[in-house]
Amino acid sequence: MRPLQHVLGIAEISREQIEYLLQLGQPFVDLSRRPVKKAPTLRGKTVINLFFENSTRTRTSFELAGKRLSADVINISASTSATKKGESLLDTGHTLAAMQPDVLVIRDSRAGACHFLADFLENTAVVNAGDGAHEHPTQILTDLLTLKQAWGDIEGRTITIVGDIAHSRVARSHLLAAAKMGYKVRLVAPKTLLPVRIERFGCKVFNDFDAAIPGSDALYMLRVQSERLQSACFFPSIREYHEAYGLNMQRLDAAGNHTVVLHPGPMNRGVEIASDVADGARSRILDQVENGVAVRMAVLTALCGGQAEPKKRARKKEQAMAAQKAQRKLL
Amino acid sequence: MLFVVNTMSDLLIRGGRVIDPANGVDKAADVWIENGRIAAIGKHKAKADTVIDAKGQIVAPGFIDMHVHLREPGQEWKEDIESGSRAAAASGVTSMCCMPNTEPRLDHAGVVRQIIERAENVGLCRLHPIAAVSKNLEGKQLTEMRELSRAGAVAFSDDGRPIWNAGIMRRALEYASSFGFLIVQHAEELELTKGGVINEGWISTQLGVDGMPVEGEDSMVARDIMLTRLTDGRYHVAHISSGRSVELVRQAKAEGLNVSAEAAPHHFALTEEEVLNFNADAKMNPPLRTEENRLAILEGLRDGTIEIIATDHAPHHEDDKRCGLECAAFGIVGLETMLPVSLELVRNNICSMSDLIAKMTCNPARLLGLEAGTLSVGAPADVSIFDPDATWTLDRKKLFSKSKNTPWHGREMTGRVTHTIMDGRLVYANGNIVA
Ligand SMILES: [Zn+2]
Repeated sequence: MRPLQHVLGIAEISREQIEYLLQLGQPFVDLSRRPVKKAPTLRGKTVINLFFENSTRTRTSFELAGKRLSADVINISASTSATKKGESLLDTGHTLAAMQPDVLVIRDSRAGACHFLADFLENTAVVNAGDGAHEHPTQILTDLLTLKQAWGDIEGRTITIVGDIAHSRVARSHLLAAAKMGYKVRLVAPKTLLPVRIERFGCKVFNDFDAAIPGSDALYMLRVQSERLQSACFFPSIREYHEAYGLNMQRLDAAGNHTVVLHPGPMNRGVEIASDVADGARSRILDQVENGVAVRMAVLTALCGGQAEPKKRARKKEQAMAAQKAQRKLL
Repeated sequence: MLFVVNTMSDLLIRGGRVIDPANGVDKAADVWIENGRIAAIGKHKAKADTVIDAKGQIVAPGFIDMHVHLREPGQEWKEDIESGSRAAAASGVTSMCCMPNTEPRLDHAGVVRQIIERAENVGLCRLHPIAAVSKNLEGKQLTEMRELSRAGAVAFSDDGRPIWNAGIMRRALEYASSFGFLIVQHAEELELTKGGVINEGWISTQLGVDGMPVEGEDSMVARDIMLTRLTDGRYHVAHISSGRSVELVRQAKAEGLNVSAEAAPHHFALTEEEVLNFNADAKMNPPLRTEENRLAILEGLRDGTIEIIATDHAPHHEDDKRCGLECAAFGIVGLETMLPVSLELVRNNICSMSDLIAKMTCNPARLLGLEAGTLSVGAPADVSIFDPDATWTLDRKKLFSKSKNTPWHGREMTGRVTHTIMDGRLVYANGNIVA
């Protein structure tokens, strides 16, 4: 398997790598349940969490992941970050990279922000913690670990994603992962919340939630930023949205008994999901939170823990080969 | 003491293939230039002060680029009249029209006069400003078009943004055409493109960025054509990027309306695929579109619906481009890639060489009423000499423009300007600005 250099998006990682990360993640779930939740894997490594966009849960999840692996973790959030003062993304990236972190975790509201930085940073692994509406790879790994625990196998299953697809990095990353991992995705939303040509990802698209429910193995409810979307005419009211696209018990009952409920959080109770569903037996929402820490531990480990040595060796080998080549030319 | 009053020397371009579409000329001939004017075309044995050997080359009227942003006054770190003129000279362009979105805007005769004078002092390329339609480009009050025209403005536009208010557009078309003036529209329905970064479609969906649908252009072109019919105005679509807009222009022309259109090389050479890797140097407005739209623009160029090629040369500093796709400024530099990219049209049998040259010379000259774009005897001696087959690799660092924002960096180009003559003077020769 190709060693991981960055985790920028599901687009850039292979099925093999995804499976490896899930495999690596499972034991970390157990570690986190122990009274002493600490492994020495990343001792002496530095992880910087650079959050240009507010997200307490993702940041906390990355922070815990680093700390449980004994890395030195530093959080920089938008309120304290220099970009507010007009420093460019590139300057911030360069400045932080000069401090020699091993991993830079980036959340930014601009699509491609971490891809852009990764191009300029040489010795730092970049992890995408969400870039605009583009990708959110660690969330997808989280979901896949959760579903693996629920079903054993993901291949052939159907995940139905409901809500604001247009502004969702989770939906895009799942569409990319589905093609690699062999599961099916259904998308449910009014046309206002569906980006054009989304069906080209190979998913089924529904405007009618009830029509999409039978045959769904998971119902994945997306967070709806109701005020913003309402004022921009994406839908008329929360009341009507909930009626058309909210998940209530009645709808959950229409799905099979095995069907589980997911949500990337934070939830708007009574908007995209009813409280009795969110807190019910088929909800895996808190498992997602727990697994989130574990897969992020797996990502950090793969980037600078277990994989670090072979990577360095590979580089040395490359250098040796290049030197040999050069010598041959001289001769 | 004797003063040499005649600084104009004579110049002979020998042995080239002379193509002058305005006069239906396409033949091997020498071009004789005297006192800044075309003196004769044919076989010449007399000797001249300067002789240019044009064997294997095409000798054409100097090109006209009717859509450039020169950034002066106001943003001289991106480009100024001198650097823009150098880029033009290196591109075979001897006349260019700069857009009014400078700081201050080109909405007063004083600014228009000032930049023309600047260009004359630089002396590498003629400058014909396109002045603002509305004061401060605000779309509220009309500028003093007669006064601006007297100062040298050749058309009117709020480019950078559209004239979005239908009522103002109606008045602009009516008032301008009362004096024969042309309105150049950046056609974009802003409410449909709000927040947009690239073309709306499969690529914007994959990247998760807001898109700008072609319907933003189409709806405004459709509206404007109706207003042109209502007002009997003169209307020109800048940087047409949508196939349906091309069809609207085709219908309007068939109906006999005074409607014209220009296409930029990037819109007929590239597609939205260029931004798939978040490449900010392929971000401009209107954005690169789908292959379907690209083909429709080619068809428009082929059948004459689009009679003009103009670059929408839009220099931006690296700082405004190297900040991620979503934050990056809109626009690419276009002058120095204009000819090689456009020559693709000839190589792919979309146009004849003569048709292509017409789209860069006499067609814009006719639309704007410029005394340029031909090699008629007596015409101002603006000449472009190029080798249509020369291959070279574009290196952004070697561009004459101050800004380096081009999507063609590192790509192989075919066709290169070797000499540019402006006003009877050699201003560019084999990679160097002369004078
Ligand atoms: Zn424009």
